[in-house]
Amino acid sequence: MTSPGDIPVEQSGVNRREVGLSRRKLIAASASLAGSIVASRAAAESLADVPPREVGADLGGHSERSKYVKIARIPEAGPGQRNVDPGDAINSKAPLDKLFGSITPSDLHYERSHSGAPDIDPAKHRLLVHGMVRKPLVFSVEDLKAMPSISRVVFIECTGNGWENWKSADPNLTVQNTHGLVSTNEWTGVPLKFLIDLVGKDHASNWMLAEGGDAAGVDRSIPLTDEILEEAFVAYGQNGEPIRPAHGFPMRLIMPGLEGNLNIKWLRRLKFGDRPWMTRWETARYTQLRANGKATQFQLRMDANSVITSPSGMMVIKPGYQRITGLAWSGHGKIVKVEISTDGARSWKEAQLNLPVLPKAQTRFQMDWTWDGKPTRIVSRSTDDKGNVQPDRNSFIAVAGTNALFHYNAQQTWSLDEAGRVRNVLD
Amino acid sequence: MYSTSKALLTGAIALVLVSPVLAYDFGRPATPDEIALWNIDVRPDGKGLPPGSGTVAQGKQVFAENCAACHGDAGVGGIKDRLVGGQGTLASAAPLKTVGSFWPYATTLFDYVHRAMPYQAPGSLSNDDTYAVAAYILHLNGILPADGKLDRDSLPKVRMPNRDGFVPDPEFDPAKLFREK
Repeated sequence: MTSPGDIPVEQSGVNRREVGLSRRKLIAASASLAGSIVASRAAAESLADVPPREVGADLGGHSERSKYVKIARIPEAGPGQRNVDPGDAINSKAPLDKLFGSITPSDLHYERSHSGAPDIDPAKHRLLVHGMVRKPLVFSVEDLKAMPSISRVVFIECTGNGWENWKSADPNLTVQNTHGLVSTNEWTGVPLKFLIDLVGKDHASNWMLAEGGDAAGVDRSIPLTDEILEEAFVAYGQNGEPIRPAHGFPMRLIMPGLEGNLNIKWLRRLKFGDRPWMTRWETARYTQLRANGKATQFQLRMDANSVITSPSGMMVIKPGYQRITGLAWSGHGKIVKVEISTDGARSWKEAQLNLPVLPKAQTRFQMDWTWDGKPTRIVSRSTDDKGNVQPDRNSFIAVAGTNALFHYNAQQTWSLDEAGRVRNVLD
Repeated sequence: MYSTSKALLTGAIALVLVSPVLAYDFGRPATPDEIALWNIDVRPDGKGLPPGSGTVAQGKQVFAENCAACHGDAGVGGIKDRLVGGQGTLASAAPLKTVGSFWPYATTLFDYVHRAMPYQAPGSLSNDDTYAVAAYILHLNGILPADGKLDRDSLPKVRMPNRDGFVPDPEFDPAKLFREK
């Protein structure tokens, strides 16, 4: 977890992440900035102090992280239930405050499961495709790998992402706590429509049940809209390697832009029918209770969202130059604009988007800022290519109420006090 | 001889026209027997419900042996999800979502218990025991009488208190999707 101690004060003025690389850049940048106290402390270090070059480690079978890099997910339970025993955790959040770019390392992709990650022998795993089809078929992992494949970079987001802030804002939360249930990977697999052609789906079938091979047999009903038929695929590859067990090994469904729970992991059955099955997950669980006591059902799409990952919760910054950076994403399509306010949403400036900007994938944004040392609030809002604008907290709550638990995509505000302490606030 | 070849050729052309454009096949046919092993899903109209039956009284015993350790003796006060009570709380500041207050279909209760419970041994309850424990949970919520009994005919007819408590998202409303197709 990020604590103020992880972000040494003398480095916070420029780039809190490129600690090892940026020393000289930092000196150069800091020296030119008025109001910074960074320069004197960093410049005191001579190149003579840098350790001499030395022969390194032997070649290995795979690459480990540097021992100087402390980076991990955090297993948590429900809202407000942190620091729990791993056996009581229901999800594990990605360290958004310590990641660069837009691709999440496979072992740091957020994890959510409902009965643990099963230990599946791929040689014994099978995918059954049946129901309203001409020819029910059974596929092995090798069968899938032999088929024409696609690769696509997409975000997957738990519908519970952001659920810490429905009713109140705990000031001690990091961005990993508030928004760590979203990640972006490149997934490789077989288009759903290819499997549909193989089994000869009945034209009268417009719904598909996807079921996992986990103990809970998590299953969801999926409407076969044109968009879903075009974009859904059964993946066996994750960032260039076989999918890791926590993320669905040996195969999972990928549903770009839609609820994380629909991306069924450890996929072992696809059944075609003509109506939804009303499983526990799409009735009792992933439905959004409104203030009037009615619940929204089949709200499958993840809406436009964004969050500033630096400076973010529990960091400490110094007056002077700041690079504000963060991530934006939308289940509707591409991010076209991210705006940042450094005065509590009174005025907005457009941030720079790092390329490539891909549809239904996370996009990195950044903006230069000079903090004058006065308390303020910083916030981001995204706009996607369908015209959806991430709502401010008050507008969002006016529609969604505070009992929905899922699909929280209100703008995230971080407050700064006179000491440069960054804290989670509602707005 | 000539006519036989011609017939074969014609058949081959017809096959090419009917089948999807694939150079070869993948996977293998699924047999009805093996499909039956995995075909466990149950719909609100009762399709998929297996034979068998269970009473509230039988369910009380099944519940005590398999469920109470996590869900509490009467579906309340356990370390895992509360199953009973909460009716009338959904519009309050502290809604209590249980089988009785929130779940719209009794068929979902059977499906979920049958596939996923008990947590440490999912799928271990017999069809009779699953009907029985579903009957007991519904009884605890005041939905079935103490002498109640469930089977594949009666379960889909159970009217859950929150049956009308769900509003579909307009984009994926099952009643409106695919209507024009």
